[in-house]
Amino acid sequence: MDEIKRRFSTWALQHAQAFVFSLGQLIRNPFGNLLTVAVIGISLALPTGFYILLENARQVVTGWDSSVQITLFLKYEIDDDSAQGLAHRLEQDPAIAMAGFISKAEALAEYQRLSGFEEALRVLGENPLPSVLVIRPGVTIATPDENEQLLARLRQLPEVDSAQFDRQWVKRLFALLDIIKRFVIILSSLLAIAVLLIIGNTIRLAIYNKRQEIEITKLFGATDAFIQRPFLYSGFWYGAGGGLIAWLLITISLRLLMQPVSVLSELYASDFQLISLSAKNILSLMTCGVTLGLLGSWVSVHKHLREIDPS
Amino acid sequence: MIRFTNVHMTYAGGNEALKNINLHIAQGAMAFVSGRSGAGKSTLLRLIALIDRHTRGQIIINGQNLERVRDQRIPLFRRNIGFMFQDHRLLVDRTVFDNVALPLVIAGYRYQDVRKRVQAALDKVGLLHKANSNPVALSGGEQQRVGVARAVVHRPALLLADEPTGNLDPALSWDTMKLFEQFNQVGVTVLIASHDLDLIKRMHKRIITLRQGRLLTNAADIGQS
Ligand SMILES: Nc1ncnc2c1ncn2[C@@H]1O[C@H](COP(=O)(O)OP(=O)(O)OP(=O)(O)O)[C@@H](O)[C@H]1O
Ligand SMILES: [Mg+2]
Repeated sequence: MDEIKRRFSTWALQHAQAFVFSLGQLIRNPFGNLLTVAVIGISLALPTGFYILLENARQVVTGWDSSVQITLFLKYEIDDDSAQGLAHRLEQDPAIAMAGFISKAEALAEYQRLSGFEEALRVLGENPLPSVLVIRPGVTIATPDENEQLLARLRQLPEVDSAQFDRQWVKRLFALLDIIKRFVIILSSLLAIAVLLIIGNTIRLAIYNKRQEIEITKLFGATDAFIQRPFLYSGFWYGAGGGLIAWLLITISLRLLMQPVSVLSELYASDFQLISLSAKNILSLMTCGVTLGLLGSWVSVHKHLREIDPS
Repeated sequence: MIRFTNVHMTYAGGNEALKNINLHIAQGAMAFVSGRSGAGKSTLLRLIALIDRHTRGQIIINGQNLERVRDQRIPLFRRNIGFMFQDHRLLVDRTVFDNVALPLVIAGYRYQDVRKRVQAALDKVGLLHKANSNPVALSGGEQQRVGVARAVVHRPALLLADEPTGNLDPALSWDTMKLFEQFNQVGVTVLIASHDLDLIKRMHKRIITLRQGRLLTNAADIGQS
């Protein structure tokens, strides 16, 4: 039992030593290491920045989507009274906030005003337009999916001839956002590989610079684990430092965007606020940095440490 | 302490560096390995430290048959050995203290023990006052003494030195040899490779001579001290 305790405390001590020692080594060469950390930071900041912009865009578009309207064109034979009745019935539906009624005459007047086809319509003599209901979905309904379901439901009403979103472009925007999201994922993967390569190469150079030291420590009975430790911890510090720099860069960038964005949203009479990194985002950013750092150095250490033997 | 039985060493390129070596060095002895350049002195020490493995025969160090020491156990095996080199091989990015502490840090000693032992070792080589210097700020002789301190700080049973005086003037070489003798007197087995015959003859210790990979002296079992 005492033996186990002694071994454990030796192990913990050596970890603590390597942890602090590797940080000390990095601080001793501030310029070169800061450069490495900055490159890692920028590589991490790019996808994170895109992600946060995407989140903001989603926020904005989601706001628009809840104001989506559905236009119901009723069958021609439905008269104004039954159309109004339908509007009243629909307003009872919890999924619908408002059902506005536009009579055939109103529709015609509106059309004449907007189209300028006044003459042509007069020639027809009879009003060719159906009654129209304008449906505003319930406020609680926000997702495109739910709106889609509502649309399908309304289409099946016997009085309805056709139904459509009058903001089809919101759907298109969502589709576009999905493409951008995929692009951000691809970009993140590429930059993650870049970070791995940067860290791996930095550690490889460090190993070669410390060739003599590694040989000596091997001669004096250092295990592979002992020799690896400071390099793994440097990978950790590179990753953590890169994560911090990425955080800093994004915070500064968002600060710079905040003012013009609030001017813009005021012009749109919106209370939109730029989303910045949440605690969860920061945690994942740091976790990503540290994981990439450890992984990159681990690969490098396993590839290059074996090549060094005392002589 | 050291026993070679019919040991051969052929390097990967087919270079036969040692041929049929039979040798015994008793625990607590001090001996020199001499011979011309290329005779196989360094190779002999490298086999003992498991830096290279012999190709035939049997080597027993401190009761351990080296063939049975698997690669993963080599670090543990080496912690019983101290090393000295011609080029002192001190780490120039650390203080003298940290250089000497290296074998203890590797073995996982606690800081208080490390400090005590490093101070004792530096004191013995007369360099306690230089503990916080950088090795490059020391003279060649001082650097060599730091190397000695590092080689003995973890109290190894066996001290191996390859041309430890190769870069030193005669007076400093003599001092260094005397230092080794002091450690030998407290029980450390010492094996030193050197081609400086005049110097090692004056030490009046056993001399093992190699010529083109073969042992010349046949007094293989004396183990004087
Ligand atoms: N790594 C190696 N690979 C192949 N041959 C080697 C290697 N190391 C040494 N040799 C050969 O083994 C022989 C003995 O070399 P060794 O280094 O043991 O000689 P030495 O007695 O120490 O010489 P010196 O006094 O010059 O240091 C030499 O012929 C040398 O060329
Ligand atoms: Mg040699």
